[in-house]
Amino acid sequence: MKTVATRRVALTGNEAVALAWKQIRPHVVAAYPITPATQIVERFSQYVADGEVDTEFIPVESEHSALSACVGAAAAGARVLTATASQGLALMHEILYVASGLRLPIVMNVGTRALSAPINIHGDHSDVMGSRDAGWVQMFARTVQEAYDRTILAVRVAERARLPVMVCLDGFTLTHSLEPVEVYPDEAVQAFLGEGPRDGSSLLGEEPITVGPLALPDSYMEFRRALAEAHARALRILEEETEAFHVHFGRDLPALLEPFGMEDAEESVVILGAYADVVEEAVRRWRERGRRLGMVRLVVFRPFPAEELRRVLARTSEVVVLERADTLSGLGGPLAVEVRAALYDLAERPRLTDAIFGLGGRELRDAELDAFLEAGPRGRVVYLGLKEAGDVPEPA
Amino acid sequence: MSLNLRELSQRTQGLAPGHRACAGCGFPPVVRLLLAVAERPVVVVNATGCMEVVTTIYPYSAWPVPYLHNAFENAAATASGVEAAIKALRRRGQLDTDFKVVAIGGDGGTYDIGLQSLSGALERGHDLLYICYNNEAYMNTGIQRSSATPQGARTTTSPVGTAQRGKPQPRKDLTEIVVAHGIPYAAQASVSHWADLGRKLQKALRISGPTFVNVLTPCPPGWDYPPEKTVEVARLAVESRYWPLYEVEGGRYRITYVPREPVPVRAFLEVQGRFRHLLQDEAAVADLQRWVDANWERLRARKAKDH
Ligand SMILES: Cc1ncc(C[n+]2csc(CCOP(=O)(O)OP(=O)(O)O)c2C)c(N)n1
Repeated sequence: MKTVATRRVALTGNEAVALAWKQIRPHVVAAYPITPATQIVERFSQYVADGEVDTEFIPVESEHSALSACVGAAAAGARVLTATASQGLALMHEILYVASGLRLPIVMNVGTRALSAPINIHGDHSDVMGSRDAGWVQMFARTVQEAYDRTILAVRVAERARLPVMVCLDGFTLTHSLEPVEVYPDEAVQAFLGEGPRDGSSLLGEEPITVGPLALPDSYMEFRRALAEAHARALRILEEETEAFHVHFGRDLPALLEPFGMEDAEESVVILGAYADVVEEAVRRWRERGRRLGMVRLVVFRPFPAEELRRVLARTSEVVVLERADTLSGLGGPLAVEVRAALYDLAERPRLTDAIFGLGGRELRDAELDAFLEAGPRGRVVYLGLKEAGDVPEPA
Repeated sequence: MSLNLRELSQRTQGLAPGHRACAGCGFPPVVRLLLAVAERPVVVVNATGCMEVVTTIYPYSAWPVPYLHNAFENAAATASGVEAAIKALRRRGQLDTDFKVVAIGGDGGTYDIGLQSLSGALERGHDLLYICYNNEAYMNTGIQRSSATPQGARTTTSPVGTAQRGKPQPRKDLTEIVVAHGIPYAAQASVSHWADLGRKLQKALRISGPTFVNVLTPCPPGWDYPPEKTVEVARLAVESRYWPLYEVEGGRYRITYVPREPVPVRAFLEVQGRFRHLLQDEAAVADLQRWVDANWERLRARKAKDH
């Protein structure tokens, strides 16, 4: 294993992503500003203006056009990046499906944020969860370092899996917080990534081809099925590429999920994203008091690592999902619904509670979390940190 | 730039026979002419609509050139991405061919839902040609009104009833909206005047920066006339000055065809079914004639200002 010479710099999540973009040296970036991801685009356009990267930067007139331009550029064989959040991601929704349906390796950073109405610029996962079925790989960073690392890694995953990839950073919690980051030399990043998606250049290849045709009922289903298979394959590709990243940069990232204290855990907390830090602290506190609590942080939500999750959760009798989105179905948020579905195949299923928290940027205080971990309520779906209205009881 | 039809017809294989456009459809000749006059290899980006639907049914394609369809409203934005990719790939020595990007959309995908994307691409100054094939309604979804539909025309969403007789509003002047972007070249053309159309396409392809050609392409089922009459109907649109042929190059207007003896707009209305309900209504026809005349005068005034 070789390790590259790194530099330690203090960066916000957005700055770290912009730096990764510069080092990736994409052919094309098309993007539109929206809080909390704006600074990624600002920073990157400064790199372009300073001649530090020779990317074609397209300052589009909307997010819909941002992703549309990315589709055009990726179909033409370019390496392309974009970033957005919230309403911007929602405006891209239609084209998210085109990108995955055409199997284009676009990489997008999402500064996760609540959706209107009421308008709210702060962090939760409602935006990315709204795109969960769009055929994109969805990775969540836990730290600024990880946001930086995963943005680089995502390019390799996207190009090998021929799938678009989102790298999500919790809005403000990661996008705006300053952390020390180990930064790799430009050449090391470029050596890891190579020149670009060669076979993606087929639109402009020797033989003229038609990309994005009309598929009638005699062929559409096979295309969708092939996309599902690509997602299943992407789990292995994620593992292999994460290992390749480890070998190349010397940094060992979790590929699909990250267990903490799960060896002997009887109870477990499942979480996505940056709040894993808060939960890990709580787990430490409780373990000191002799409680066998563990945590599983999911790294990817799509493809969903059901098998791996079953394996780590099988021995716990109590699972608490902590998540920052809701499905409004009364069955809990999207994460809990999927964790519950994954556990259904177990002979002995743990009890599962979905605790929805942090919507629209609401803080989850240690005391609140501790009180909940200590005494519940347990059941199907509870909301943590509500001011009024109380917790939603288990449906009868 | 004189164009010889015999030569042109030999220069390209054009759109492959076997596409599923209706008999008499107005846009296949536009594509053939485009491919015949193009001097550089082109890559086509197409909006959702009749053209895309009839030429690309998987696993077949009628396109002899690289072709990309993304969605309905984003041909211009998609083309921006293709153009940027070509620039970046060529700069890094990863692509040899110097493709010209051509985006094509129907009037719905251009005048209405795609207007923002078109405007953005024009404003940013990408090197691409945008062609609107204008059949004055959403034909693919069954003849609904668009903002290119003329006043009084019957469509399935501007029907004729006791309270409303066809589309209440006059058509939007998209060509002028495009011109207002200050792009190097914009033109209006018609399938009936192929040499004029061919010259405009050729010019638009040669000019670097964003260029735009709005081509009138009548639609037999949508306009309700027999398929063999497409060129005749389009010609009447031009001869009546309902659809003036002109170009704006570097801000200078030029009317490229002046009907020597303009026919009344009624002659254009009479050859199709979508205005049938109007023909008894002298006042409505007179209104349309006034609108046509006023438009023509406005165009002439713009042209005069140039000199
Ligand atoms: C976002 C979106 N809205 C609506 C449609 C349905 N749709 C497909 S083509 C079309 C009309 C196309 O009209 P036009 O652009 O004039 O082209 P034409 O069909 O006349 O060739 C519509 C409404 C769609 N595909 N996408």
